[in-house]
Amino acid sequence: MLQLFKFRGGVKPQTNKTPSLGEPIAVAPLPTRLIVPLHQSIGGTPDPLIAPGDRVLKGQRIGGADGWISSAVHAPTSGTVLAVEEHVAAHPSGLPTLSVIIEPDGRDEWIARTPVDYRSLAPESVREMLRDAGVVGLGGAVFPSHAKLTASKTVPMEELVINGAECEPFITCDDLLMRERADEVVRGIGIFRDLLRPQRVLIGIEDNKPEAVAAMKTAVQALGENFEVIAVPTRYPAGGAKQLIRVLTGKEVPAAKRSTDLGVQCFNVATAYTAWRAIAHGEPVISRIVTLTGNVERPRNWEVLIGTPLAEFVALGQPKPDTNGYLMGGPMMGFEMPSDAPLVKATNCIIAGSPTLFPPKAPEMPCIRCGECAKACPHELQPFELYWFARAKNFGKTQEYHIFDCIECGCCSYVCPSRIPLVQYFRFAKSEIWAREREKKAADTAKTRFEFRNFREEREKAEKAERLAKAAAAKAAEKKAEAKPAAEAAAGALADAPAAQAAAPTDAEAAKKAAIAAAMERARQQREAAQPKNTEALTPVQQRDIAEVDARRRQAGIETPGEPSGTADANAPAAPAAGSEEARP
Amino acid sequence: MLTAILIMALGAVVLGAALGYASIKFKVEGDPLVDKIDAILPQTQCGQCGYPGCKPYAEAISKGEADINLCPPGGMEGVQRLADLLGREVKPLEAEEKPKQVAIIDEQTCIGCTLCIQACPVDAIVGAAKQMHTIVESLCTGCELCVPPCPVECIRMEPVAETIDNWKWKYPVIELKKVA
Repeated sequence: MLQLFKFRGGVKPQTNKTPSLGEPIAVAPLPTRLIVPLHQSIGGTPDPLIAPGDRVLKGQRIGGADGWISSAVHAPTSGTVLAVEEHVAAHPSGLPTLSVIIEPDGRDEWIARTPVDYRSLAPESVREMLRDAGVVGLGGAVFPSHAKLTASKTVPMEELVINGAECEPFITCDDLLMRERADEVVRGIGIFRDLLRPQRVLIGIEDNKPEAVAAMKTAVQALGENFEVIAVPTRYPAGGAKQLIRVLTGKEVPAAKRSTDLGVQCFNVATAYTAWRAIAHGEPVISRIVTLTGNVERPRNWEVLIGTPLAEFVALGQPKPDTNGYLMGGPMMGFEMPSDAPLVKATNCIIAGSPTLFPPKAPEMPCIRCGECAKACPHELQPFELYWFARAKNFGKTQEYHIFDCIECGCCSYVCPSRIPLVQYFRFAKSEIWAREREKKAADTAKTRFEFRNFREEREKAEKAERLAKAAAAKAAEKKAEAKPAAEAAAGALADAPAAQAAAPTDAEAAKKAAIAAAMERARQQREAAQPKNTEALTPVQQRDIAEVDARRRQAGIETPGEPSGTADANAPAAPAAGSEEARP
Repeated sequence: MLTAILIMALGAVVLGAALGYASIKFKVEGDPLVDKIDAILPQTQCGQCGYPGCKPYAEAISKGEADINLCPPGGMEGVQRLADLLGREVKPLEAEEKPKQVAIIDEQTCIGCTLCIQACPVDAIVGAAKQMHTIVESLCTGCELCVPPCPVECIRMEPVAETIDNWKWKYPVIELKKVA
């Protein structure tokens, strides 16, 4: 028998798991509409691969992973894409996220599924397959699983921990999955084992689920695996990754380190199940098991398509009339779900709330520094100190007290005799710190860009000055070169030297003047050619009038405007004739 | 008596030499205070303080020429942090605080004059002469410097929208219930 270890702190809330354990998992009926958010895992947002109006098949990829830490999403059933638009997400903010809206056609037609034998494939291609099948951690964190399946090169992989603890009250989805589909869960664990090659595989299940433990033991034996199925003491949060690793291996993951640094990797049982379905059946993650419990007439577990609207899902459980909201996740870590949000991969449980089930919290009282929260904290933090600093918005201090080690399990708030929502303060402080870091990063980028721009402007100015100086120098040299032959020619033509010396500069100047005059003449001609005069294209009558006026002017001895008197005589007779020629239709 | 004077003089010479050496060896390039002030300023380079950029403003503050409450993008929090750093009194902000903004070019109206490109202090506008311009949103600091030069008024400022990625948990508030 394996020696078990203990983690510090933790609480023992009422589990409330029995109501939803009465019936087996049922397949939820097809909803009228599916809203599939593209961003359903930690990491990047997948790019939409379909356009509104497209017909999609069940299991067709509709969002492709946009990086290594990203995971694909798929159409949960066959139907038509109505839109790719922003829709309210299953997120505490209630803000919209880019989602694919699909209208099911009721035929539930699968895309071609190709089961593969993963043992014949290279580990990289298995990881790629898992990414493209959208396999993510279904324990709630939705971290892309393929990214966790690369063994560290420096640390030997000692233990693979499979998390079936399910410590949060109310939730039973993993329990029933292990009871009913233990065989496939174990096969999925086999995939992870083959990719990571650990020395031991430990499956931790809380001891309040004896049926699940028995089912898993039977499945492990039947498949001839050497996995150890271990019942761990029931205590919240035994299902936290670091806590379960501590209990099963005795290894404590230090702050700012990962469990892989100690040779341990942890996966949820439902993740193992979906990985097996993806590899051996070619079925991507398009559904999951969700516990519907709380203030409903028929609490039970449903296998439900990802993207099912919350309202349609909860109708299956027949909520009681006094239901006043729905919690996604458990009562310790869950959040109030926006009423028109869809179910996502992270949704393990929906609890219908009512004033009797979750009575409104009594008002917060001052912290009396009793230290109960520090005793309950499974990460051995000091929540009362953190609270103090978070409340005062002294975020530097919260970081000194390791706020980022907080897993937001809610034990401190649970035991607080002053009913202080401690976790709320910690979440607030964490998101403020992140926002500040983002701002700092943006400011640094702006600064470097601004400095570079100034540098570039200076450089351009210097370059321009240099160019101008060069051009001026070149011109001067050219002139010198021009002046020389002219001087020589003048010297040859004129016999007496002193006269030539005097004439040379005069000749050069005269040449320059002539060139300028020629250039001006050219410019004038160009201008005239380019600009049409308003005396062109006149009617014969107008031409005649002009000619008469010109004739009178000449008689009076006034020059025609724009024409020297000498040329006027020559132009005058020609102009009307030419004008009438042009104007003739 | 003479020995005492000699010892004191010798001491003075040795210490003086040590200090002189230290001032050369450990010379600090630039003004560290300016860099500290500059790190607090939001780097929008908007010039709303009356100085051509954040660094000149930081220099002016460190020289005591400028007040610490002239930076609207930094907000009251920036004033607070500058006051903490410099040991000065906190003063209310000169202008009103605005939410963070980004500039948006109406690409239908843009005539491609490049005037905004020349005005942008962080090169966040892409475009060429007689070609449509656009703003790289992730680089825009919301300084508004591109708005006045536009001859066709096709640039507008919009507050940065809240998305799931930049959403923040709110400060827990105690709701007060009305009693009778």
